[in-house]
Amino acid sequence: MLRARILETKLSNLYKAGKIVGGVYLGKGQEAVSASLGACLKWGHDVFAPLIRDQAGRMAYGEDPLDTTRTYLGSVQGPMKGRDGNVHRGRPADGLLAMISHLGVAVSQVGGALVAKRLKGALDGCVGATCIGDGATSTGAFHEGLNFIAVECLPMVVVIADNQFAYSTPNEKQYACEDLVDRAKGYGLEGHSVNGTDMLECARVIGGAVQKARNGGGPQLVVAKLLRLGGHGEHDDGSYVPVELREDPYGRDCIEVGKEQLISNGWLSEEEFQQWQLEMNNEAQEAVATTQREDAPNPYKEDWSAIASSSLRGLQ
Amino acid sequence: MAVTYIDAIRYSQEEALADNLKVFLYGQDIGKFGGAFKATKGLQEQWPNRVMDAPISEDAMIGMAVGAAIEGMRPIVEMQFADFSSIAFNQIVNQAATHYYRTGVPVPLVVRMPSGGTPGSGPFHSQSMESIYAHYPGIIVVTPATVADAYSMLLQAVDLDDPVIYCEHKFLYRWLKSDDYRGDDLPIGKARIMRSGKHATVVTYSAMVHEAVRAADILYKEGGWEIEVVDLRSVKPLDTDTVVASVARTGRLLALSEAFPWGGVTAEVVSRVCADGFHLLDAPPMRLNAKDTPVPYHPKLWAMHRPTPESICVALRNLLAY
Repeated sequence: MLRARILETKLSNLYKAGKIVGGVYLGKGQEAVSASLGACLKWGHDVFAPLIRDQAGRMAYGEDPLDTTRTYLGSVQGPMKGRDGNVHRGRPADGLLAMISHLGVAVSQVGGALVAKRLKGALDGCVGATCIGDGATSTGAFHEGLNFIAVECLPMVVVIADNQFAYSTPNEKQYACEDLVDRAKGYGLEGHSVNGTDMLECARVIGGAVQKARNGGGPQLVVAKLLRLGGHGEHDDGSYVPVELREDPYGRDCIEVGKEQLISNGWLSEEEFQQWQLEMNNEAQEAVATTQREDAPNPYKEDWSAIASSSLRGLQ
Repeated sequence: MAVTYIDAIRYSQEEALADNLKVFLYGQDIGKFGGAFKATKGLQEQWPNRVMDAPISEDAMIGMAVGAAIEGMRPIVEMQFADFSSIAFNQIVNQAATHYYRTGVPVPLVVRMPSGGTPGSGPFHSQSMESIYAHYPGIIVVTPATVADAYSMLLQAVDLDDPVIYCEHKFLYRWLKSDDYRGDDLPIGKARIMRSGKHATVVTYSAMVHEAVRAADILYKEGGWEIEVVDLRSVKPLDTDTVVASVARTGRLLALSEAFPWGGVTAEVVSRVCADGFHLLDAPPMRLNAKDTPVPYHPKLWAMHRPTPESICVALRNLLAY
């Protein structure tokens, strides 16, 4: 959680300094939800399709911070080689899928990867997971995906971070049901609710859902209630979020809550927390510095081929 | 025993399933029922796990196939009708088509699209979608016109490392027969001269190949005109060399398609011939497409909506008279 917050703060500063083109999308306030999911997944064994506010989940799953900085800063050494940017990155061969911008589509995609594992006889003990926001629950792809993973009874966890705003659209213009978790029953998934600002609860509920799916309990839907603690991206100040919502308990910062939980349980001291911050700052600084020394993609050396089949490359 | 075009598609899938454990089929009603057109009849009995029925969720069907392909499988998805692939459009053009370029990880999948018009099918069970998909980078689009091509091109499509849109024409399913479904195994990306001639070239694909050959027969009997018919076979990639070589022999071009007239394959063919072989043309190149309306229901309207041997003859007479 803290690693992600610190790295993303660095990215925000780079964006404001004009060093990052395109956009920067932060997971501020959603780290507890995201990290709780990513930490339960095994790199290269499970399948994980993060969304835009999942820096914490990506890092917990095992993504190298250099993948983040290289994709944001457009290094040719990054996993996307400058062909795609910011949150649109992944390591599909290691089970970390690379999101597209069209929301809801990853549910069926992760489900397909699990079907493939089943056909290969390699599904035992595997789980698939994806995160999504409240806004994406309104898409047809999300509906089709949930229905499909339920019909196939796949070991999958879908986590909805209900952060109350889809860009600027508040929940009352997004959905009319009382609670998104009620939809689980309609699709044939098991539903779970959690306060997304409460780190220990997130670890317990999301961890439990992952364990249940992994152990043959079928697809699980977790709805985490929280507030997005920023704009949609760093280009957006989020000034449309009413002050009373920011002062609401769901407006708490999960990192402050988590820190307090660790300290009050005697698992962490203030000094250790500061030491973490120092180490994580160094990690972020080093990733950025390394990336800034690397080459940008060269359009004259780019192969400009979207075709993988060697027999057809270069043909139009 | 004569083999039909739909038989060839079934044999091809049967062979793919038998030869390659990575291949599986996914689609609506394709299991025990054998598919709306029986292209998968009996296959689930042989491979109960690898012939999977899908819910009516075209978006999720392609999303599923993309995820499975990333995991190393080679799915063949049956759209019940090409028209319904519009629901899966996003997954095809944004998810499947961009994946290799973005990540370096290929997405080998085949989408079978029962395409084109048949009498009485109406606006939503008759569409020709090849141009829409050919527009996007990262997709291969094939349009077999013969029994042997239906068989061999589907097997070739399964072996390619890219998403392939396989447009199979419904009008040919049972009408088109051949003594043998095994042909010359010409690779995807190569056009074929279906009938040679010296007075004009018709460039077409899919069911229109047969209408063009009929028109060529009529004009030969009528005035000894020898019309060359080029079957593109794959519209992306499009074999410009064979097309231009044919125009070099005949000096006249008619680009013919059953699809709607705005843009599309015929516009692409004319554009390429003008760019690469303008000096070879003795007459302005012509295009003939369906009419610019939805595909009508009534057989009398439908028969006039698409190009017919008669309307192709009219176009060719004008072309030859220029």
